[in-house]
This record gives sequence, C-alpha cells and structure tokens, in this order.
Amino acid sequence: MTSAMAAYARRRDSMVRQVVTPEGVDLRLEIGSAGARLAALAIDFFLQALVIITFVIIFGLAGLNGGGAVRDIAGIGIMLGIFLLTNFWFIGFELGPRAATPGKRLLGLRVVARDGGQLSVASVVSRNFVRQLEILLPVQFMMSGMGDVLGAATALLGLVWTLGLGCFLLFNRDRMRLGDLIAGTWVVQARRHRIAREITEDVLEEPSDGPVFTHAELAVYGVFELQELERVIRTGDLQRKILVADTIRAKLGRPLVEDDMLFLVSFYRQLKAKQERDLLFGKRRADKNSELQ
Amino acid sequence: MADVIYSTAAFRHEHEGEWQAFEALCNRLEGWAFRRISDEELLALPRLYRATLSSLSIARATSLDAALIDYLEGLATRGYFLIYGVRESRRARLAAFFRYDWPAAVKGLWRETLIVFAVLALGIALSWWLVASDANWYHALMPEGMVQGRGPDASVAELRATIFGTAPEDRAGLHFFATFLFTNNASVAINAFALGFAFGVPTLLLIFYQGLSTGPMLFVFAKAGLLTDFVGWLSIHGTTEIFAIIIAGAAGLRIGTGFAFPGARSRMEAAAQAGRDSGAAMIGVLLMLALAGLLEGFARQLVQQTALRYAIGGALLLFWCSYFYLPRRRSGVGVGTK
Repeated sequence: MTSAMAAYARRRDSMVRQVVTPEGVDLRLEIGSAGARLAALAIDFFLQALVIITFVIIFGLAGLNGGGAVRDIAGIGIMLGIFLLTNFWFIGFELGPRAATPGKRLLGLRVVARDGGQLSVASVVSRNFVRQLEILLPVQFMMSGMGDVLGAATALLGLVWTLGLGCFLLFNRDRMRLGDLIAGTWVVQARRHRIAREITEDVLEEPSDGPVFTHAELAVYGVFELQELERVIRTGDLQRKILVADTIRAKLGRPLVEDDMLFLVSFYRQLKAKQERDLLFGKRRADKNSELQ
Repeated sequence: MADVIYSTAAFRHEHEGEWQAFEALCNRLEGWAFRRISDEELLALPRLYRATLSSLSIARATSLDAALIDYLEGLATRGYFLIYGVRESRRARLAAFFRYDWPAAVKGLWRETLIVFAVLALGIALSWWLVASDANWYHALMPEGMVQGRGPDASVAELRATIFGTAPEDRAGLHFFATFLFTNNASVAINAFALGFAFGVPTLLLIFYQGLSTGPMLFVFAKAGLLTDFVGWLSIHGTTEIFAIIIAGAAGLRIGTGFAFPGARSRMEAAAQAGRDSGAAMIGVLLMLALAGLLEGFARQLVQQTALRYAIGGALLLFWCSYFYLPRRRSGVGVGTK
C-alpha cells in the first residue's frame, strides 16, 4: 500500500513546476491533470449551451411577438450573440482576474503564462482560437457530412482528427494543448484551500489519559507517513482510521487499550513535534525506509 | 515540550491574522469589487503579500503540517498573480492596443502578408486563365451558392443588375445581412488562423481556394465590359475584408513557420512568440471584419456610383496601409509584445 502511495507522491511531484517570484520564493505550481481539463471543458460547453439556448429563446420570443423592426433586431441579436458567446466565452473569462472559465474555476484550474509573467490578451486569444481547429472544425466536418458514404468517411476523419489533437495533451509532460503551445501558457491548479485547524493546536492541554510514546516508537516513521496520517485524520472515514490505527499499533507492538481517534491524534501530535524538532536541527527523514539525515 | 522555544503552533498563531487579512483582500480583488478598495488597503497589499511569502518559506522549512503549507502555497500563488499578473489598467491596455500593438503586430507580419497576397493573386490569375481558355472551367471552379445569376451565360444587363440597384424591400434586411456577413467572414478568418498550425499549408490552400473562386467571376464581368464597375462593387468593402482575411492567413502562416523554422530560439519559445505576435493581429482582423460587414451590408447597397465606391474603398485601403505600415515612435510596451 505504501509503495503505491509513494508512487502517487512521486507522480504528483513530477507535475510540479518551478515558478520563482521576484521575491525569490518558488511557488511550485502544479500542472492541471488531463481529466480535470476535460471535465472543465465539458462544464464550459454545457454552460455555454445553456446560455445560448436561453438567449435564443428570449430573443426568439421577442422577435416572434414583435413587429418587423423588432424581429430584425432579434435576428441580429441571436446571430451576434451566438457568435460572441461561442468565440469569446473562453477569452472573456480567461482575461478576468482569476484567469479561468467557470469550468476551470469549478475544477480549481487557471491559465498562467509559462514564464510566470503577465498573461497577455494576445496569448489568451491565440490559445482559444486554436481550439477552433482542435474541436469545432472536425465537429463541423462531422455535421456537414452525415448521411452518405463520403460523409461517413469525412465524419470518421473528423473524429480521428479531434482524438489525435485532443490526445496531444497526453503526450507532453506539461499537459499543453496545441493552443497552450502556441500561446506560451500552462493550465495549473489553483485550488483554494481553507485554512485548516491545526491538529496539534492545544499542545499544552494534551489529555492526560492519552498514550505517551517513547522516542524509539516515534522513530519508526518519516515525513511521508506523518503527512499521510494527517490526511487520514483530516479527511479519512472511520473505517480507514481504525485500519490505520491498527496498522500503527501492530508496527509499534502496542495492545489495543485506548480509543482509536485518541490514539491517532496523540501519536500524530507527538510524531509531528518530534519531527519538527529534528527539522530545526537540520535533520529530516523522508519516509520510513530512509535514514535520518 | 516546554523546552521547545520555537514551535510551529506559535508561528502560526503569530501570523494567522496576516494571512487571513491577505486572503480577504485577494477575495475582494478577484471579485469585481476592486474599485471599492481604499488607499490603505491598496498600500497594505504588497506588505501582506510579502508577509505571506515569507511565512510560506518559513513553513516549508520548519512545519510538517501539509494542510498549512497547501493553504499558504495557494494564497501566495493567488497573491502573485494579482500583483504581477496585470500591470496596467484595462483602459491603458486598450489604448496601447490601438496605438501600438495592433499596427506593430500587423507590420511584423509583412513577410507572411506578402506571401499570402501572392498566393491569393496566383489563385485569381490561374482561375482567370483557365476560364479564359475554356468556359467549362467556370462551373468546376465556382461553388454553386456564389453564382447567383452571374454565370458565363448571363447577359450584360443581368450582370449589371447584380452590382447596381437593390429592390426596396431588401433594404429592411440590410443590417441582418451585415451581421451575417460579419459572423461568416470572422469564422473563415479564425479557421485560416487556426489551420496555420500544420506548418501553414492548409491556410495557404484555403487562401488559394478563395482566389480560385474570385478569378472566374472577374473574367465574366470583364468579358461583359463591366470590370471597373465590378471591382468598384467589390472594393467598397473588399479592401477592408480581403485585407483582413489576408492578415488572418498571414497570422496562421506565422504560427506554422514559427514551428517549422524556429531560428536561434527553441521551438517552444518560437511558437509562443508567434502566438503572441499573431494573437494581437487576429483581434484586429475581427475588428476589420466587423467594419467590412457594415460596409458590405449597408454602404454597398446605398452607394450606387462606381466612382464613389472606388473612393470609399480606396480611402480605406490607404487608411489601413498608413495605419499599419507608416513608421511610428514606439509609445509603450503592451499586449502584443509583452
């Protein structure tokens, strides 16, 4: 199980890119995953369709009920509205202060310039106009050629085209679409984390009936296990907590005497305090398989 | 644990207020309320940002609380992009676009523009020659929808009717027609741009194809002795529209050549630079096409004298050329060139 976790951590690390601010701090931006990108695109298309349909219904009703001039204006409104919505939905949102469409915001993504600098209007326009080639053009092919044999061939070609260009993103480390390549951009994770309560908040009021661990017992794990334990305490379900508590007890050779949650929190607090103290002396142990160094 | 003087809990208690103040400020700046930010808050922004960055560095070095580090990383990233992401107001960027970026982007594409123009001219000349040598070529080259009574068998009067005069009932729909033309042309331009990706070849083919369908038409009108009138009818909007399509093709070609011939830079850098250069030009292309749509929809039907049509079309061509290509002092750095 732990080797799978370590592999996961390594994979996560391989998606982190260095962006150093002028103040000299590395922001460690994490490239957004292909799945998140696809989901964001789907959400955007869905919302776009929803807005367009509402728009057409409102203008269409106005046009049908009104006279000649109103009908004319409604026709222009629909045509211009669809054009603007399809071409400028992505551009407009990505130029905002969050640099993300609603879909990207929901998935916790944002567009950034690869050099960490200003995201220019021209970049955003280029990256989104290229989407025309990646998705909309083959879709047009497919739509136009339905019915006959030649049409089916064109549709197949369009499908292969879209799949080929869409998968371009999977074949580079930075998960860049063709548009990102052209515009010099990356799509990175920009999740908003709420500030979480510290598990070791009340160090001095540690309950007296909590178990106390010896130095040797605290020395079996490294930073990786500590942070996995933190994750389990914060977000894991009861089943998982019990499983983890039993695993630790077995490792330490302790009998089951106290409540699982109390055991986990006490162990976490003392392990963290010990490792942070080591850290202050410049000693860090990456995980249980490595040495303290 | 009383012997530990520094503790991450104490560090957190000491700085948590700063982080939350910065987070609240970021929330307001990212929302659309940034006009209501007071001077004090604006002055506090860089201070809080640096405090957060410094906290992040300390936390990374001393804390093993992953949730805390995640929170600070997220906050620092948001702050970084708020502070360094946009350095000018929207109005300043808009002004810079019209004064500098747009003409500079188009001017920077001059080589590609000439190539695309040559390809278009070649298409026109070739199709003219083909139709002149054998009239059957006309139907092979022209898409059915574009003929509209302008075939090689049409009489002079019929041809004349297509370029002069419109029935009064048509005028009511002019703005509808203008909108249709604009959205249609804009889609062609965006396609021409995006197709540049495959080393520019599909873009050139698209442009060549446009030329192929123009030449036969010119030939038919020339044979009827209406060439000057027909070109006038075309030029009133055509100088703007064709120019815009040529620029879109040139922008697409720039992307393709950026990939194929990156020069001294890396292929990635060259592609990114090409994208930035051509992106600004493409915004301009859409503006030009909007104007061309208006001219085509309204002016072409309302202005019936060939001389006046030439005057309008020629004046616009002169305007675009001088706007794009006359040397000017560089007035600022902005959208197109970063």
